[in-house]
Amino acid sequence: METMLANFGIGFGAVLSLQPLSLLGLPLSLPMNLVYCFLGAFLGTLIGVLPGIGPVATIAMLLPATYALSPLGGLIMLAGIYYGAQYGGSTTSILVNLPGEVSSVVTCLDGYQMARRGRAGVALTTAALGSFFAGCVATMLVAAFAAALAVIADKFGPTEFFSMMVLGLISAVALASGSLVKALAMVCLGLLGGLVGTDVNSGAARYVFNIPSLADGIGVVVVAMGMFGFAEVILNVERKEAREVFTNKVTSMFPSKDDYRRMIAPVLRGTALGSLLGILPGGGVILASFSAYTLEKKVSQNSAEFGQGAIEGVAAPESANNAAAQTSFIPLLTLGIPTGPTMAMLVGAMMIHNIQPGPQVMTSNPKLFWGLIVSMWFGNLMLVVLNLPLIGIWVKLLKVPYRFLYPAILVFCSIGAYTVNNNTFDVVATAGFGLLGYVFLKVGCEPAPLLLGFVLGPMMEENFRRSLLLARGSFTVFFTNSLSLALLVAAAMLLVIVTLPSIKAKREETFKEK
Amino acid sequence: MRIKNQKDFWAGVLFVALGAFFAGFGLQYRIGTAAQMGPGYFPTALGVIVILLGMVTSVGGLSAKAAVEKGDKPHWPTLLLILGSIVLFGLLFRPLGLIVSLFLLVATSSYASHEFSWGATLLNATVLIAICLVIFVWGLNLQFQLWPSFIGN
Repeated sequence: METMLANFGIGFGAVLSLQPLSLLGLPLSLPMNLVYCFLGAFLGTLIGVLPGIGPVATIAMLLPATYALSPLGGLIMLAGIYYGAQYGGSTTSILVNLPGEVSSVVTCLDGYQMARRGRAGVALTTAALGSFFAGCVATMLVAAFAAALAVIADKFGPTEFFSMMVLGLISAVALASGSLVKALAMVCLGLLGGLVGTDVNSGAARYVFNIPSLADGIGVVVVAMGMFGFAEVILNVERKEAREVFTNKVTSMFPSKDDYRRMIAPVLRGTALGSLLGILPGGGVILASFSAYTLEKKVSQNSAEFGQGAIEGVAAPESANNAAAQTSFIPLLTLGIPTGPTMAMLVGAMMIHNIQPGPQVMTSNPKLFWGLIVSMWFGNLMLVVLNLPLIGIWVKLLKVPYRFLYPAILVFCSIGAYTVNNNTFDVVATAGFGLLGYVFLKVGCEPAPLLLGFVLGPMMEENFRRSLLLARGSFTVFFTNSLSLALLVAAAMLLVIVTLPSIKAKREETFKEK
Repeated sequence: MRIKNQKDFWAGVLFVALGAFFAGFGLQYRIGTAAQMGPGYFPTALGVIVILLGMVTSVGGLSAKAAVEKGDKPHWPTLLLILGSIVLFGLLFRPLGLIVSLFLLVATSSYASHEFSWGATLLNATVLIAICLVIFVWGLNLQFQLWPSFIGN
């Protein structure tokens, strides 16, 4: 407990530290990390509110801009975008019955119904309060468990790490939507894409084909922007649906006493479930909001009201998705293993700042580790302010038609891709990945597993090589090492479970509802 | 033979092709042994796995039990206009500078929308160029060439 307090102290110190800065010639001292936190939360809310652009593409766009920042400042901002988007997504769900993010799909069900009955303000407040509570609890959990897990993970050798990554990738695939075999193939393609460039061990140039820009490998920005930004834009434009913006008058924001009484239990249950599911790799956040809604519908006394504007149906999934968004930092910070595409982008951001993600971050870089955790709490606080008093701004933004929005997305992505290396080759390469992502979406392959594999590719090869080097080429090492065996057995069991006919049917049904 | 699940079938074909690409070139790098892996070992192995997974996907799409799923036809004009506008920006950025190439990017990509109108596009392009100048050139102080090189600045 005492060490935890001391650690929080380090974090608060890092976040609140003043940095000198000259603004318009005036020397100022500002807690810049708080400013970045606000910027991240703000941008996150913005893209969460706007349908058609997600956090992955946004982080890809802004990654180049964080070069100039300190590693902590950059990460704080990018993390803010991530959890800000979860918050903002709920606003769109409630007001226009259109999820800003996939994780707020279920919020549409009851949130929009509440809005139709003139209770939009109450629904928004419920979502914001539930999210804030969940965010605070989950931040504490991250602080408590991340440190403990990092100590254990620090003793991992290459064999354990390799098996851990196998488990991480397999569970990401198993819990995500769509065909399992396709997703596995996407992971492997991602791993292969990550190997393009100069091999660190032998110095051999792999899949470079004498293109100098490829010698350092393909940038994660290029892949993410192409597959998540451009491909999405093309699909949205070709769907041709005119977005109907339903602007409900947001009147009273204040829930009644009865509302408060009804939201307490769902918020608690949603937070607990979300925190747990967030740690799981894969669709943690999405899974969290779906299961929280289902659970609430089963246990609530008012289950008959679900689908017609039950406040429980907003409180539970919104708490769950925000809790999950926070706890998904645990595997990232302790093992360096991203659980989803957004986390993969954060790994990319850490590597750009020369921080190798993994258990050693906590000991070698305590300010960064605890600063990031503490910043999440500040971020959650800012989000309440951003989402409640300022709701009018976001409602106005929703009226911007897509034909104005998508050229803007293309402009910022293209400039972002260029500024990574000041290289126009990257812009053209991004368009190439846009094409690839489009083709994959057309044939029913999700791009998320590919991005995960892409980020883990070099790390996985390195650990695989080292394991077998130490074992003198004997593959049995992965099974004789007891921890590694346990991890691989867990991965195999997951694969078996999701292919069982009964579970398979249920899994497909769950993802159909989206 | 009728392809029952076209999406799965074509996804599989794509996987086999990409896997063959990676495995094929992987073989040209030194493979080494399990204990002393060369640069070709890991990618070749992964490439073979992708080929196998692709075959499973394709065959699954052909099987009589597969769910009938038609492929989505691509909408060529949208695809070409949007990707084309980005490629164009990439190619013209150096010779034409930021302002002209941004204008072309916005104009070309906007044309893909079914709600396209010249007035709105011009307005959008002007606003976006102004925002970019403020953020990137003035705010972040990035060294961009603004105007075409033959005009000089």
